[in-house]
Amino acid sequence: MCLGIPMKVVKVKGDFSLVKTGGLTRQVNIQMLPGVKAGDYVIVHAGFAIEIVDREAARETLSLFDKIDGF
Amino acid sequence: MKYIDEFRNRGIIKKVSRRIFEMMPENEIRLMEVCGTHTQNFHRFGLDKLLPDNLRLIAGPGCPVCVSPQEYIDKAIQLSKDANTVILTFGDMLRVPGTSASLLKQRAKGADVRIVYSAWDSLKLARENPAKRLIFLAVGFEATASTLALTLQAAKKEGLNNFFFFTALKLIPPAMKALVSDPELKIDGFLCPGHVSAIIGSQPYEFIPKKYKIACCVAGFEPMDILEGIYFLLYQIVHNKPGVKNQYTRVVKRAGNPSAKAIIRKAFKVTNASWRGLGEIAGSGLSLREEFSGFDIEKTMPHDIKRKTLNIKQQNCRCGEVIKGIIQPLQCPLFKNTCSPQEPYGPCMVSSEGACNVYYRYK
Repeated sequence: MCLGIPMKVVKVKGDFSLVKTGGLTRQVNIQMLPGVKAGDYVIVHAGFAIEIVDREAARETLSLFDKIDGF
Repeated sequence: MKYIDEFRNRGIIKKVSRRIFEMMPENEIRLMEVCGTHTQNFHRFGLDKLLPDNLRLIAGPGCPVCVSPQEYIDKAIQLSKDANTVILTFGDMLRVPGTSASLLKQRAKGADVRIVYSAWDSLKLARENPAKRLIFLAVGFEATASTLALTLQAAKKEGLNNFFFFTALKLIPPAMKALVSDPELKIDGFLCPGHVSAIIGSQPYEFIPKKYKIACCVAGFEPMDILEGIYFLLYQIVHNKPGVKNQYTRVVKRAGNPSAKAIIRKAFKVTNASWRGLGEIAGSGLSLREEFSGFDIEKTMPHDIKRKTLNIKQQNCRCGEVIKGIIQPLQCPLFKNTCSPQEPYGPCMVSSEGACNVYYRYK
């Protein structure tokens, strides 16, 4: 159910957006994400984008792995 | 960054696994992954082989199909018998056994039961079939509830009068509260779900460490996310500092998604709900608000939809204990004997996120 694969927003049109990952393109509802724009990555749940992936936070999580010995 | 391969780095996975081994105490630690997709990915990526033997991962109640009570399935089957009715459902529900049938068997007998990927698709079907009554089986947790709320609002705006919800929506934090309040259950930490938390945030779990001294960590779905989530839980447990750690900060905020929460509140109100295995839990479900009651199949045809608890035929089925984490799937006498993904006896064997189904495929 919760695939959690981030999909890239290609085009925004009203309440919907075209998103893609790999070779897969889909139309998803974006009413839960006011302010989403082309180029953003979103998490899709059953045909609806539920959250924008935060690039900075992702970077921080990845850099944290380097420090994981230092807890 | 595409946020996939970066979180599947083998070197880092091994490093986190090593740290977990170094930190692991001698006693058994029991962690529950609440979300069915965590269960599935944990085994799909073989992460169980990267953890100490005395670190037990227990599959929790976060598979919507698995926790749907039998009387709900029976009622859905009953509704499907009407020749003018189309049942719309997410795929997994099709094979869940009711007392004497399943929706799949009903379909073979001629019932109109259709699978939809998104609730939104049902709007189109309702438009295309004006003479039919379309009933959507609304099961799922907070993340699904938000998608159903938007579908409902669109149906109302459009004035669709042949589209209905049969709801069994559930809320995760009250179920976790019920689990920690159960003296039979010993859980040291919860791996909290990703998508549900994207909607509700990490804040709703804060009562768990505060009141029950149980560690919590919200985690993403990639192998590195899951392992790091386990690492953070273990860290809290070993240092006796239970809290709510958020590993999945790229998607989950403490307050969640405010727009999504408002959308849910507009369509649904909190109600009591019945969970397979856990029983009735106060404030753990969602029902349609009064202004949407025209879409509630239980309100529009109350005389023949009254839910009642039936005698459970499947007495040997131990899904209830699996959902609560009291037994592992392998301990159920039916597992791999009379119960398999091809011929499931209980709901945990049906869904690809169900603990028994996952264990069958990967163990």
